[in-house]
Amino acid sequence: MEPLEITERIKERFPDEVLDIIEFREQLSVAIKKERIVEICRWLHDEPDLRFDYLKDICGVDYLGKKPARFEVVYTLYSMRHQHMLRLKAAVGEDEAYIDSVVPVWIGANWHERECYDMYGIRFNGHPDLSRVLMPEDWEGHPLRKDYPEGGPERQWPGFQEVLDKAKKFKEFSWQG
Amino acid sequence: MAGVEKPLQTKELTVSMGPQHPSTHGVLRLVLELDGETVVKCTPHVGYLHRGVEKLAEGMTYLQALPLSDRLDYISSMSNNVGYCLAVERLFGIEAPDRAKFIRTIVCEMTRISSHIIWVATHALDLGAMTVFLYSFREREWLLDLFEMLCGARLTVSYPRIGGVRNDVSQEFIDSLYKFTEEFPKRIEEYETLIDKNRIWLGRTKGIGVISAEEAINWGLSGPVLRGSGVDYDIRKRFPYDAYDKVDFDVPLGKNGDVYDRYRCRMEELRQSVRIIRQCIERLPRGPVMTPDAPKFTLPPKERVLADMESLIHHFVLITKGPMAAPEGEIYVATEVPKGELGFYIVSDGTGKPYRMRVRAPSFVHVSLLPRLCEGGLVADVVANIGTIDIVLGECDR
Repeated sequence: MEPLEITERIKERFPDEVLDIIEFREQLSVAIKKERIVEICRWLHDEPDLRFDYLKDICGVDYLGKKPARFEVVYTLYSMRHQHMLRLKAAVGEDEAYIDSVVPVWIGANWHERECYDMYGIRFNGHPDLSRVLMPEDWEGHPLRKDYPEGGPERQWPGFQEVLDKAKKFKEFSWQG
Repeated sequence: MAGVEKPLQTKELTVSMGPQHPSTHGVLRLVLELDGETVVKCTPHVGYLHRGVEKLAEGMTYLQALPLSDRLDYISSMSNNVGYCLAVERLFGIEAPDRAKFIRTIVCEMTRISSHIIWVATHALDLGAMTVFLYSFREREWLLDLFEMLCGARLTVSYPRIGGVRNDVSQEFIDSLYKFTEEFPKRIEEYETLIDKNRIWLGRTKGIGVISAEEAINWGLSGPVLRGSGVDYDIRKRFPYDAYDKVDFDVPLGKNGDVYDRYRCRMEELRQSVRIIRQCIERLPRGPVMTPDAPKFTLPPKERVLADMESLIHHFVLITKGPMAAPEGEIYVATEVPKGELGFYIVSDGTGKPYRMRVRAPSFVHVSLLPRLCEGGLVADVVANIGTIDIVLGECDR
């Protein structure tokens, strides 16, 4: 299906949800509201002539001071059967940094959502195991936020002292004959 | 004699496998809950190699961020570079000249071969076949020598550039590579005679880690892991980039979606890669290897900088001010790297630096599949399952 036809279909089915449609270099992005994200995804997945059965990627973007809603969760979808692509962008505000999880639709969303939570602090409601994936479990802050310093926080990660102590202990170890 | 007072009891055992473990192919840690020999629960822990590539890229110009892509999947750095360059080229709306496209296709396929033979080497070693390891490292050495001849680096090459490649290929390189393509199919047979009909190999790979086509799509798998289940999805065919639409090759597919089929897929891909390289060498067009727009993005060659004024100015401006500002917009470009689909999602805010660079790494998705493959199986098959998804943790953790 042609990209514009796809957006027409989405607009027809969810007239109140679609905020904006952007085309850049022949790639279409549809900006939507976050409330009915699972319903929209389920519909895109199941509709026979759309059939977006393949979730390529989920990632967050931080538009600090650039857009009214600070975060955006970006879904890159693809259809194996019809070979068309679509990008969904759901705006997520900083005060209510949560969105519904799409794991029931694509099971592969699991770790992408965990990473998004890890890096941006966006909570995914209904996610089976929302925990940090790349950073240590007791890490403070969300590194990919724009207000997070590139060189890391000033203070030390508490786990690091533990590692240092352990290393010191091993250094002192010597064979007793 | 007193009878047994307490009846025999069993309880589940929790084993931490990794992060330092020879079969985890990097620093992957699995926490396995075992009931005897059966895996009840498997929890992967990743992030030990997290270097914050995405965060670092936000503070760099498009040119500076190129070497970061080498360090994602360090075994196939060439195809990562190509993936990154294609994404940036698409963002800027430029295209590499024909000769550069063919050279890129050649180096991508060389990388595919070197990555797949490392995979077959380590995978066979994990499952108890050691000789393949020694054989395939012989060929890998040849390929790395070729890379060295081409660009001076063996592992983190940074050879492709935005808008082309860094330097032209030499006749010596082409001759040596052609000899490699003549020799290599025989070597593939050598590997196969060692393991293909080996009963231990068959016993440990057939029917292990089975995943159906529908499930594989739903999980978002890509590359040989997806094609092993019989899904005909290859980005080189679906969204041809570089010279892939000008060469003839087949996409090998599996049937059962088990460890053995994925192994067969990769072995066939080796043959197809050789085929692609030969066609590219035979059809290699003449011409420049950099687009005429290149001075806006890429440093001019050093000898030109020392000799002519124009290049010196370009060099100076690029170093001090950074490349030309990118148009505002966002782009997702995927390429078929040896591990699967590597996607770069770049958001540009109209400056010379990416506002957001997301790396969709195939290994990250594939590691998340491990619990699905391992749970309910035997603990010995965990090793086979880690091997079959062909992960590189540098790419998974970014």
